[in-house]
Amino acid sequence: MSEPLTILIAEDSPADRLLLSTILTREGYRVLTAANGQEAVMLFEQERPDLVLMDAMMPVMDGFEAARQIKQAAGQQLVPLIFLTSLTGSEELARCLEAGGDDFLAKPYNRLILQAKINAMARLRRLQATVLEQRDLIARHNEHLLNEQRVAKAVFDKVAHSGSLNAANVRYLQSPFALFNGDLLLAAFKPSGGMHVLLGDFTGHGLPAAIGAMPLAEVFYAMTAKGHSMAEILREMNAKLKRILPVGVFCCATMLNLSFQRRLVEVWNGGLPDGYLLRLDGELQSLPSRHLPLGILSANAFKDECEVFPLELGERIVLLSDGVLETGNQCDEMFGEQRFTEVLRSNRERGQLFEEIHQALTRFNGSVQDDVTLLEVSMVDGASLQRPLLDAERGGQRGPTDWRAQYEYRAQTLRHFNPLPQLMQMLMAVDGLRLKGGALYTVLAELYSNALEHGVMGLDSAMKQGASGFAQYYQERNRRLQELDEGFVCFSIDVSPTEQGGRLRLEVSDSGEGFKVGQPVQGSTGRNSLSGRGMALVRQLADHCAWSDDGKRVCVEFYWSCNA
Amino acid sequence: MSEAHIDNQVLASLREVMEEEYPVLLDTFLVDSDERLRLLREALLNADAAAMRHAAHSFKGSCSNMGAPLLASLCKQLEEAGRREQLEQAPDLIEQVEREFAIVRILFKSERQRHA
Repeated sequence: MSEPLTILIAEDSPADRLLLSTILTREGYRVLTAANGQEAVMLFEQERPDLVLMDAMMPVMDGFEAARQIKQAAGQQLVPLIFLTSLTGSEELARCLEAGGDDFLAKPYNRLILQAKINAMARLRRLQATVLEQRDLIARHNEHLLNEQRVAKAVFDKVAHSGSLNAANVRYLQSPFALFNGDLLLAAFKPSGGMHVLLGDFTGHGLPAAIGAMPLAEVFYAMTAKGHSMAEILREMNAKLKRILPVGVFCCATMLNLSFQRRLVEVWNGGLPDGYLLRLDGELQSLPSRHLPLGILSANAFKDECEVFPLELGERIVLLSDGVLETGNQCDEMFGEQRFTEVLRSNRERGQLFEEIHQALTRFNGSVQDDVTLLEVSMVDGASLQRPLLDAERGGQRGPTDWRAQYEYRAQTLRHFNPLPQLMQMLMAVDGLRLKGGALYTVLAELYSNALEHGVMGLDSAMKQGASGFAQYYQERNRRLQELDEGFVCFSIDVSPTEQGGRLRLEVSDSGEGFKVGQPVQGSTGRNSLSGRGMALVRQLADHCAWSDDGKRVCVEFYWSCNA
Repeated sequence: MSEAHIDNQVLASLREVMEEEYPVLLDTFLVDSDERLRLLREALLNADAAAMRHAAHSFKGSCSNMGAPLLASLCKQLEEAGRREQLEQAPDLIEQVEREFAIVRILFKSERQRHA
């Protein structure tokens, strides 16, 4: 049996007080008595009784005022208050209720009715206590949950909106209201100085959607930093999500590979709404989804083919999550592509684009959006961008300083393997080369693609004239690569110490026919040509660069000094 | 004993509830009632309708609890007079209350002796 209820009796008539307290004591309650309202309030504050029986008319402080003060002191706790009254006017009874009374008990007292009322009030009190307890419990759980979500969101934000999103050529807009809306934005500079960008949209919301973002971002950043190609990164992201996500959870994504030197962008869109390429002349080119989202297909079925577009300085690409187009209005219409492209077309001042989209959405929907993610990436002069330092300052131990290695990659390997990360990893172990990582990667990538495409596969870079030629060239390149069954590309690496510091000598040769060295390098016909930039770049970045007479072998050198 | 002055059923249930405290209850009522009467006369002297109303209200309450219905109904009339601030009938009513209380007091005293 639980502790008996404590009941406060406030009654100025001694006989009534005695009668009532005797009845209640006999019933087993603990009884407190007060002769007026003020005593009652004081006793209440001291003893916190569970229930109050209150005479309405008392000297010093009447029952109405005492009831108000007691109810206030009780706060959220329900302390049932029964007015003891021989009042009969409805006006006065109403006053009792207004003052906070929960019930009445008329004189003369009837024991049975008194007991029944006390029981009913005790039930009410327990009910209220239970409600409060559960409310507090829910509030605590909720606070706990929110706290976990805040921590998770802090981690998520670090992972999902990190990297080089603050680069000068990237703008993005993400609704600040949603704790997790499953959208993620990733951007990272490649060792070559280019840029990988990804806008992803996980199915679902909240923590489950956020969980997939972590490994996705890990793969994106780690592989980009190591110099892996976009296709390889897409494959790995897809495989990883497929492995860890439950069926029905996947990630719609568009990934871009920007090359500032070649003024090119590669696009892969799996399941996101069309992205848009905004040409300088105002033309709008859509970048539709050609693939299934990441995390659905098995590795064999996954397609990593990208579309390649030339991108002049100042031209931009806008990507968006489906929340933008699916924003609804009161008539159940969706914002839709047409309205969106109208906003794109009417944009005059580039810095205002997101603001204009935001305004259009707000006008359409009439309220604030919470599921909108937008990303804009511009082609700029790569030199104007501030890049984070490469993994350069690991400091301390000295890497290998005097060595030589030769790698020959043959047809079967060339078909599906990108040797650059492997080579870069080896070269980056050399202290003096780390600070030159960007230049080195670019040179390596240029020489490799030159050897593979023009040497081994015999492609003519003259094909690359014009935008359509471009697409054709890459189609042909992929076709020939699939069918490749002979040929090789060979890298000779020689690192040796010098008086000042060290030297890297890198020789690349291939199984192709070579070219006449006396003549300008194929296709380098001028400023506006899309090809030829590569070889000029190699000359510019390497400390020394020379072709063998038959054009089958190229040798570049990098120097560094010890105290650099 | 006249049923109009004292409700024996009420007294029976009071005896049952109070047990050995029953005489104390009777004493308490009688002492308190003297005080109520004093307050009523004081209110009349001061022509204080509110005080009259309060005193009559309290007295009415305990009279009804103690099983003195006639006294309770006289108090009720006094309370009403106080509430309406019409004290002209008050002297007459107070006199009736005093007369009725004198009867009730005698009846309660004998009740007390019977259950001492």
